[in-house]
Amino acid sequence: MNIPIKIYPAKPAKVYLYVTCLVNHFSPTTGMDAINLLEREGIEVEVITEQTCCGQPAYNSGYVEQSKQVALSQLELFSLPIPIVILSGSCGGMMRKHYPDLLADHPKVHEFSQRVYELSEFLLHVCQIKLQDNGTATTVTLHTSCSGRREMGIHTTGLKLLSQLNQVTVVEHEYSHECCGFGGTFSVKQADISASMVEDKSKYLSQSNCDSFVSTDWGCMLNINGALQYQSSPLRGEHLATFLNRRLKKAEEVL
Amino acid sequence: MALEPARFKQNARDALKDQILRKNFRGAMDFLRKKRSAMFPDPEYFATLSSYGESVKQQALSQLPDLLLQLEKNCQNNGIQVWWAENADEANQHVLRIIHENSGHKVVKGKSMVSEETGLNDFLQQHDIECIETDMGEYIVQQSGEHPSHIIMPAIHKNVQQIASLFEQIIPGATYTEDVDTLIRMARDEMRQHFYTADIGITGVNFAVASTGTLCLVENEGNGRMSTTIPKIHIAMMGIEKVVAELADIPYLLELLTKSATGQAISTYFNMISSPRKEGEIDGPEQVHLILVDNGRSQAYADEELRQTLQCIRCGACMNHCPVYTRIGGHAYGTVYPGPIGKIISPHLLGLESTQDLPTASSLCGACEEVCPVKIPIPKLLQRLRVESNKASGQAQIMRGQGSSRTRTEALIWQIWSYCCIHPRLYHLLSKMAAMFGFIMPLLKSPWKINRAMPKPAKEDFMSQYKRKKS
Repeated sequence: MNIPIKIYPAKPAKVYLYVTCLVNHFSPTTGMDAINLLEREGIEVEVITEQTCCGQPAYNSGYVEQSKQVALSQLELFSLPIPIVILSGSCGGMMRKHYPDLLADHPKVHEFSQRVYELSEFLLHVCQIKLQDNGTATTVTLHTSCSGRREMGIHTTGLKLLSQLNQVTVVEHEYSHECCGFGGTFSVKQADISASMVEDKSKYLSQSNCDSFVSTDWGCMLNINGALQYQSSPLRGEHLATFLNRRLKKAEEVL
Repeated sequence: MALEPARFKQNARDALKDQILRKNFRGAMDFLRKKRSAMFPDPEYFATLSSYGESVKQQALSQLPDLLLQLEKNCQNNGIQVWWAENADEANQHVLRIIHENSGHKVVKGKSMVSEETGLNDFLQQHDIECIETDMGEYIVQQSGEHPSHIIMPAIHKNVQQIASLFEQIIPGATYTEDVDTLIRMARDEMRQHFYTADIGITGVNFAVASTGTLCLVENEGNGRMSTTIPKIHIAMMGIEKVVAELADIPYLLELLTKSATGQAISTYFNMISSPRKEGEIDGPEQVHLILVDNGRSQAYADEELRQTLQCIRCGACMNHCPVYTRIGGHAYGTVYPGPIGKIISPHLLGLESTQDLPTASSLCGACEEVCPVKIPIPKLLQRLRVESNKASGQAQIMRGQGSSRTRTEALIWQIWSYCCIHPRLYHLLSKMAAMFGFIMPLLKSPWKINRAMPKPAKEDFMSQYKRKKS
């Protein structure tokens, strides 16, 4: 696996936030929580409201031309030379690793890809964030998306953020390195295999006996939460941004 | 048991329901993964060694036609007879001809995946040639009337009870035992008789060195050495991608192979075959034949990206780490090479018509690429094969069966999707409508719902909330 070493810049005054289509549709709270976390660090956050989707669904399905048009349209939205913080390791992998292949002739593609950071990576390595835990004692397990892990190398950043929280015990679930079985259209094109994978993933997450599980990817979580709901399990995943944001709130802010 | 990749989806469904099979594979794959990772405690060392492995193979592939001619010449100078086979049938015909020319009647086989590819065992049987597999795993699957379910461990799908019952049935005088050492002993005693009486030995080749005309064979059981030394004729079959330039290239590949495959620092046997028996020598075969098999590899070779498929050294690490293979096992693929490597090589060997479901059977999780000792970008190649199988007609011919999975409906869906994504106002209008009509989602029929609830869109999407907050 070739993940280039990333050189992180100093904390900027302003960033773009790329919320991703899944956060936009299914978990707007995640976007708001991410804005809050970044603003706490004194960073101005701009969301370009014309953003739609990174193009990954068509790319992974083999419809490269259709994906390319979408990728190009997204690339051209972010004109200022400031970081683009993204709320998914999978869309991040698409923009950082696959855009340079897909839009090879575009003069700005490398500059653009270099500016893409996944949220947990950005908070840890660029903001050098120090988290103050204001919550009560709890246990949590983290599911990292495969693209986050293997295309962006960020499987450790979420854990490092969680480990800063005094009252939070992080538990590793069994087979934590293994895919949840989402894989975009894989989940419907090869539904039986995908279903068996998410069955196992939700089982291992449940067996960790944690109070909650968090992830940095809504793709995986739609899949895993869907399975947990189907099994009538009370466990539900939430985005790391939401979890962190809640831990940081002081008692008076909660009220 | 027939190999039918076109039945992949049904095979996978059946395999997923087989709890014994799933337990056997999960246990075996966990074991193999641990063995491998113990061999590479330092990720930097693996990164460096696999970079060497990758460059050795890429270098060899970049000069493939020249190296093959060099190999042919140097083998011939060493007294090895070289034959070329464009497809499976030509390869089998060469074998049959050599057997007939030497009035052969019985074959012992070391392990050879390329001979599985050509269906050699069935072919020889049809021509009344007795053919016994001598690798323990291959022996077990042959005696069961099955095909290998793993390229390194052919009988990995079976547990000890299943093997004990099999041996009780097929080995004369055997009694049921679950003691592994006793089982191995029984099969070895049985095989020994075949080694005494066979006149032809057939094996594969792990690496062939062009500059010296040397055939390298990696094995653990000694059956490879027996098959290449006892019978008077040795026939080696190899895929054309197995050639490397120099002997100095071998140590990198050998270390990567044994550590990745079985978690061994080195295999028990490493055979270097460079000629038939010479005058005055007391053992070795009288003739050595090398059959160079193309069988679809030239198609992969012709495209620079797809060519990376041919870097494979057949270690099997990709299958050991694959969450799909771990669950459905090797037989479900319906191809000689299962797992991630099978998904990227089989479409070249068999065409995309029958193998079109294989490239889609991956979440592109990348576990395979992470452990590949020669850095084959398997997820990227799967994505590329999806492009090929969805290609519209009338484009340049790259692959046999390209465009096989293209449907008008899917092509139209992606066109509409793309149009919406590049028209933000339309996109966000639809997004709001989706939020309004989100209650319909749980009512839709979808394979998603096998064991998952449908996600419901939020009542107000992020962009609307954000705009409201800003204003």
